[in-house]
Amino acid sequence: MAYAGGVDVGSTQTKAVVVDEHAQIVGRAIIDTGSNVITAAENAFRIAVKNVGVDEAEVEYIVGTGYGRYKVTFGDTQITEISCHARGAVHMFPGTRTVLDMGGQDTKAIRVRDNGEVVDFCMNDKCAAGTGRFLQAAAFALEIPLADLGPTALRAEKAVAISTTCTVFAESEVLSWLGRGKKIEDILLGVHRSIGSRSMALLRRVGIEEQVTFTGGVTKNQGMVEVMNQMLGFQVNTGGEAHLMGALGAALFALDRIKASRVPHHAKEGVA
Amino acid sequence: MPDKPNGQDIVGRGNAEGARLFRDWFNSLTTAKERNEPAAYVFVMGSLQEILRVFDYHTVFPEIHSLQMAVRRVAHEYLMQAEDYGYSPDICGYVKADVALQLRGGEHPMGTIPKPSLAIMTNACNTYMKWGEIWERMYDCPTFTLDAPGSRAIKSLDWRQNSYFESDRKYVEAQLRELIALCEKLTGKKFDIDKLRDVMEKTNRMSRAYRRVLELNKSHPALFNALNEGTIFLGVVNALRGTADGAKYFEDLVVEMEYKAAHGIGTLRDEKYRLSIVGVPCYPIFRRFYELFSEWGGTFVTSSYLWFASGGADLGFQYDLNRPIESLSEGVLISLRHAMDAMFFQNQWIIDQIDSYGVDGIVYHPIKSCRTTSTGLADNRRWVMEARDVATLFIESDMMDKRVVSEAQMKNRIDAFFEGLATRRLHAQAAA
Repeated sequence: MAYAGGVDVGSTQTKAVVVDEHAQIVGRAIIDTGSNVITAAENAFRIAVKNVGVDEAEVEYIVGTGYGRYKVTFGDTQITEISCHARGAVHMFPGTRTVLDMGGQDTKAIRVRDNGEVVDFCMNDKCAAGTGRFLQAAAFALEIPLADLGPTALRAEKAVAISTTCTVFAESEVLSWLGRGKKIEDILLGVHRSIGSRSMALLRRVGIEEQVTFTGGVTKNQGMVEVMNQMLGFQVNTGGEAHLMGALGAALFALDRIKASRVPHHAKEGVA
Repeated sequence: MPDKPNGQDIVGRGNAEGARLFRDWFNSLTTAKERNEPAAYVFVMGSLQEILRVFDYHTVFPEIHSLQMAVRRVAHEYLMQAEDYGYSPDICGYVKADVALQLRGGEHPMGTIPKPSLAIMTNACNTYMKWGEIWERMYDCPTFTLDAPGSRAIKSLDWRQNSYFESDRKYVEAQLRELIALCEKLTGKKFDIDKLRDVMEKTNRMSRAYRRVLELNKSHPALFNALNEGTIFLGVVNALRGTADGAKYFEDLVVEMEYKAAHGIGTLRDEKYRLSIVGVPCYPIFRRFYELFSEWGGTFVTSSYLWFASGGADLGFQYDLNRPIESLSEGVLISLRHAMDAMFFQNQWIIDQIDSYGVDGIVYHPIKSCRTTSTGLADNRRWVMEARDVATLFIESDMMDKRVVSEAQMKNRIDAFFEGLATRRLHAQAAA
């Protein structure tokens, strides 16, 4: 049995996936990236391999992705998370034509062809508004655990309008609404909608085409998923593995390389 | 009989000679300041150097001396000085760098820039006129603003077919005659029409050769990179317009490019992707910006910059020396329209580049400093992608301010762009 690995070193969390030769996920890991990126990558990979119950050496090819992809020192090559999220999303949901990836510090909109080819992409630029960090700032200001943000927002009756576009200033705005007697639930729904509207702007830039697959760590927030469903007017594809989509895509590219190495004269160029 | 130059003599001489001419030009500005010789401040769109050279003005291009500060990695010092002086971080970086340069008495990493004896502005850029007013207030120097009637349509040389073109041309001619009178008054020199003819003949040679150089880059592999080598050419085509050195430089460059084309010598050893860039280069990380593409085997075969900032030289417009002022007004009008009007109608130009230069991908580079060149690029990109199945990349930064240049984010996007190009090619090969 051949195994391939993908390690996605994000700004907040590091994810690792091991797939077998049938492109099935057989090992996974999610850990905080912390300050030592190399160690985070190694640890995540080790945990994922341990899940499989095989020796690390049996993972024939490893692709690093994410901002820390060049710190996956044990990896064989690096591919951007843009290509990897697209690949992972199309693999999990073959009807995917648009991908929205919301991570700790960036949000990307990617338009893909049915073969997983990236047609267009765009990301937030020079500002973390509209990303997971925005939610983190709100959680900090309201002293609510991150995991409770979504469920709390879904209990809202009337969202307040969060007008600021700056993650740092958002904290002040949240506190100001609190001081004016607004309910936490309503403030939080406003925060989610603010992020949603920025994501919609990115999606519109690449062109929204169904199906939309929502990936990244923020997909664990059901409130954010609901807001995106409402704003898009249809249900997004997402699920338990959505957080791992970049690492999965990386592992699938790694599997391609393993298969290509076994086929004589196969074109080496390209990431597909 | 002199020996025929061999390849070693020819290949690369354009870059070396361009750099030398450019240094000499900067040195001449330093000397002009020392000798208190008159210097006219001009802009790349509508420099009117043909007239200024008749009166022996040195010409200073603030856009060029500003960008050179960024290339030499000192722009931030100048920008921050101008901001401390009261200029907003949001306005054009070229303006702010120049303001700080003026506050420093012309101190520049390449020499010393003389004060303006005359400032020439045009309506090609909405910042030009406000910029000129700054010098006017600083030095109480005379200013001249050329108002070129726009057409808001992409027609280039075909403009001459329009019924109203002649009245527009006469309007420009009247203004050129006003400038001539102003120069006579300021310098005390009599206008010499034969000297004008001589300068225009040099511009004709230069424009003819410049256009040919651009066309030669249709070769596979590309002979020069329109981003970095193109910027050298652009410096010379502006600074030495209407000079014998400038004309000879581009005629020699044609010989070099024809030699390279005949021998299959590309600017990159292994050209994989042919690209076109729309917008201004990222000067604060100029070399790195180039490498982010060349490391993937990407060569910029064309650049909109080589078009709108070349003073119309890309058109190869030829002045009629039998009616110099009439023809000059025609050339000025056409080149300014070509630069400013066509800037808003780049779609067809880009499509032409894709088709005739075999472009694999378009890189759009809007910049914080310049709304004029950046506005509309997002819409343009969408239009081009619908018209042609071509990969595009949209990266935003600045041509001066490194505070808004995030190399890590830029690299991520560029890497993803090339991954997409590679996948696209692989799928195309598989389908063939």
